[in-house]
Parts: sequence; structure tokens; C-alpha cells
Amino acid sequence: MSTSPKNTQSFNEHYNFAYLDEQTKRMIRRAILKGIAIPGYQVPFASREMPMPYGWGTGGVQLTAAVIGDKDILKVIDQGSDDTTNAVALRDFFKQTTGVSTTTSTKEATLIQTRHRIPEAPLNGDQVLIYQVPIPEPLRFLEPRETETRKMHALEEYGLMHVKLYEDIAHFGHISTTYAYPVMVNSRYVMDPSPIPKFDNPKMHQMPALQLFGAGREKRIYAIPPYTDVVSLDFEDHPFTPQEFSEPCALCAAENVYLDEVILDDKGSRMFVCSDSDYCEGRRAQGHKGHMAADPVHSNELSEA
Amino acid sequence: MEPLDNNRDLPLLRASQTTKYYGARIGCKDVSFEVYPGEVLAIVGESGSGKSTLLNCLSTRLAPTTGTVEYRGRDGVMRNLYEMSEAERRTLMRTDWGYVHQHPSDGLRMSVSAGANVGERLMAVGNRHYANIRSTATDWLERVEIDCDRIDDQPRAFSGGMRQRLQIARNLVTAPRLVFMDEPTGGLDVSVQARLLDLLRSLVADLGLAVIIVTHDLAVARLLSHRTLVMRHGNVIEHGLTDQVLDDPQQSYTQLLVSSILQP
Repeated sequence: MSTSPKNTQSFNEHYNFAYLDEQTKRMIRRAILKGIAIPGYQVPFASREMPMPYGWGTGGVQLTAAVIGDKDILKVIDQGSDDTTNAVALRDFFKQTTGVSTTTSTKEATLIQTRHRIPEAPLNGDQVLIYQVPIPEPLRFLEPRETETRKMHALEEYGLMHVKLYEDIAHFGHISTTYAYPVMVNSRYVMDPSPIPKFDNPKMHQMPALQLFGAGREKRIYAIPPYTDVVSLDFEDHPFTPQEFSEPCALCAAENVYLDEVILDDKGSRMFVCSDSDYCEGRRAQGHKGHMAADPVHSNELSEA
Repeated sequence: MEPLDNNRDLPLLRASQTTKYYGARIGCKDVSFEVYPGEVLAIVGESGSGKSTLLNCLSTRLAPTTGTVEYRGRDGVMRNLYEMSEAERRTLMRTDWGYVHQHPSDGLRMSVSAGANVGERLMAVGNRHYANIRSTATDWLERVEIDCDRIDDQPRAFSGGMRQRLQIARNLVTAPRLVFMDEPTGGLDVSVQARLLDLLRSLVADLGLAVIIVTHDLAVARLLSHRTLVMRHGNVIEHGLTDQVLDDPQQSYTQLLVSSILQP
């Protein structure tokens, strides 16, 4: 866990708290409230230019900027990890523009902005999970017309979503969609959960934490309020199944978690490690040891931490 | 599947004084007729005569300027289509009705497989059993004479005639009662046309479908339809049994149309 320097004078002189001006934050908060009131419904909002390219999480950043307060403790995850470029850059951005504390610990955080993962540790009702979304419309690749997809959402015409799953089974024998797996929210709206692995889909169901989704380029905000039903779409004879891994994490021996494959050399050796770096570190601190945990590089890292 | 017996003698669709203006120009004017269950009605006329405008007005794709179009639902009640909610109209479009476009690419999803194209309507009405959807799709491909091993191919890989047959299967899978067809044989070569017409004729007879077919090809009207409307400049100028209209045309324009068919 790192704590931010309180000296943010240079930014405060030129920028408002959390970069966006107060009227913009109000506008985004209104969109958030509407999104919470209609779970899964995509609320259009006047997305702003942010000081980073589209595709780097401008939607999530605007949501975070709109809801963050000076008491918040922020965690930013990129593909489960706290130390990849996107996570480091965005964490630093908010450190500089707000001066709030940041953390890598899922438990300590009050606000978690994420790209592509939901943390392994269960979230509680005092936390808010903010997703960065590239393409908010689950029907987009089957129906390119926005006017038509809006109408389909309005009239609950979701047969087309199953056409996509049908195609998967027809070509691969099983539903081969592994990420951005479509879900039905509160028995009403079909929603794209952003490119999280389908492994994480069950975590969205009845989650105590508020989940917010922001797509900056596409200018859409949507939300899942706490304790809302989120059901992954499937066929009666091809039910939804999350990914399964044949071995535990090589570093912390965790099972039933989402693992990343790491290529070790050009001879074909590889290891599977927790994608959630905070969870993995926590388990190793508790003394769990995977079969490759004796790796000296990692033991150095641990002793430094 | 079959309409209730006590509804068989009642009209399925009724157009009353249906009129469509495009600004000051006339699309179609004061068209009134009824279509009964199991009946095939052909609308013929030259290009620009208002055939397609009329078909669009009937099939809720284009609201008429004045006049009404009514349809008898499965509950036996006649309703004005343009007083129904959009949700009801769209439900009607994908369950009780079919619409066969002239160009199959307008009516098919070109980027999903033939099986999914046929299965889409089933999934739209709530079918969630993959194996059942697939076997129904297989049956329908057989019925329209497409090899079952093409079920996972995209329509892009199909010939024009196959695409048109696939489009027909896709429309008929929910056992509709009324099918609109806009020049279904346009753009196909003569032998393919003949096979398609043969197929359509037997499907229509087997399923007891009512069909409203727009065509400029009098041979199509002759082969498929029971009754024929002849349109010119947006007006219906002649209306009667197909054989009567084509064998003994009363209007000079119809006489011209009939005599202009090339005799081999």
C-alpha cells in the first residue's frame, strides 16, 4: 500500500478536484443515478475529453472523478494487477488531481476502478466497483444500427443475443464466448459486463457493492445496484459454465481463482498464476505456497514488501 | 398453426381506402381489398406503379397517409395495424407474418450461419433449447431443398437461389399465417425461378398460407396467385381472379401488359 503525497499544489492551482469541473461531475452523477434506477440500462452522457486516449479507460476515469471524495481510498486494477501501466498511470492521475489515499488492497479500498477483472476477494456494501467499458452495446456486432438496438432494448427483443450463442455452439460445440459474456440484469436488460472473463460473471450476481460501468468513447453509463440479479445467458441444453483451471496458482496454490498463463522460456515451459495480484500476495503473506513459489525473484519481491 | 375454423371464412387482412402521398405525388391511392386465409393475392404493374408502396403500407413498414389496414389476429379480432403499439406490430412481424425481400441480403443476416438465420425467429419467441432449434432449422433447410451439411455456412457462401430459399425458410419457421413477398424471383435466372416458384407453390398449399406477392412478372402471378390486382399510377385499375384478369383483361393497360409477355 502506498500513500499519496499531500502536496498537490501545482495541480490544485490549475485543475478542480478530480480534474473535472463541478458541473460536469453533476451531469455524470445524474447519469449514474438514472443508471442505478434502471439496472442495466445504458444512459447516454456527455462524455468529456480526458487527458488520455480513448481506450485507456476514459469512461471509468470520468465515473471515478464524479464519485470520488477526499476520504476515499482508491484502488485501480488492470487485468487483475495493480502494477501494470494502466493501473499505475490512472492511480497516479487521481493521486495528483485529488490527493486521496490509494491502496492495492481490495479490502481497504472504498473505490475500485477496474479493467477486465473483478477482484477475487468478495466486496462489501461500502465499496463501489467501477468498470472501464470499451463497447457497451451487447448487440452491436449483430445489429450495427444504434436506432435498432435501442428499440430492441426498449421492447425486450433479445432473441438476437442467443443467435450469437447459437453460432458459438454450431461452430465450436460449446459456447465459446469467454469474455464480455452477455448477462440479463434484474430480469429486464441484457447487458455487456465489459471484457471481464466469464469466470467473473457469477460474482456480479447479488453483489453487495455498487457496480458502475463507463464507456467514454461510446458515451454511455450503466449500473448494477447492490443485491441485483445478474444472470448469464445460455441455452437449456448448453448451460453457462465459467472457466475452470486444471492446476492451482503456481505461487500461492489458490484454487477456484482466475489464472493467467505466463510463458517462461522458448522451450514451452509455463506457469499459471493468480491474475489478481493483491489476492495472490495476500495468500503468500498468510503462508500459502505454490509449487513454484520458491522462485528467488519473487522471494526478493516479498521481502521488500 | 391453422387459423380457427370459424375464422376461415372471415378476411385476414383488409385494406380500406389505403392512400399514400409522397408530398404532392401519389404513391398509391384509395386501395381497398380483402385477403382471406390461404389465399394468394398478386399485385402486378409496371415499375413505379405503386406496388411496393402498397406492400409497405400493408406490412406496417410505411404508414399510409389516409385509410386503414386491419389484420385479424389469432384471437379472431380485427385490429387496425396502425393503432397497435410498435411492440405489438413488431411481434406480429416476427411471428404471424413473414416478409420475403427481393434481395435476400436485405432479409437475411449475412454474417451468421444458415442455421442461425432460420433459428433466429424461434429464439426471438423464447425458444432456448439448442438441439430443438437446430433440428427445426435442419427440417426447414430440407424443406427448401438446401443440403443439411450447409447448415453452418454463412449465406454469403450461397448462390442467389439458395439465399432466396433460405430467406423463405427463415420466414416460415414460426408458421406465419400471412407472408408478404416483394419480387421474390427478381434477379434469378429462369430455371432457378421456375424451381423457386414450384417450391413456393407447394409450401403455400401445404401450409395454407395467405400470401400477398408483388411482382412485375405476370407469369409469377399466373403460377402462384388466386387473385390479381393490377396497378397503374398508384391506382388499382383492375381486380379479379387471376385467370380472368390475365385471360380476359378489361382495361386497355392490362391488355397491353398481357400482350407484352414474350411468347417463346
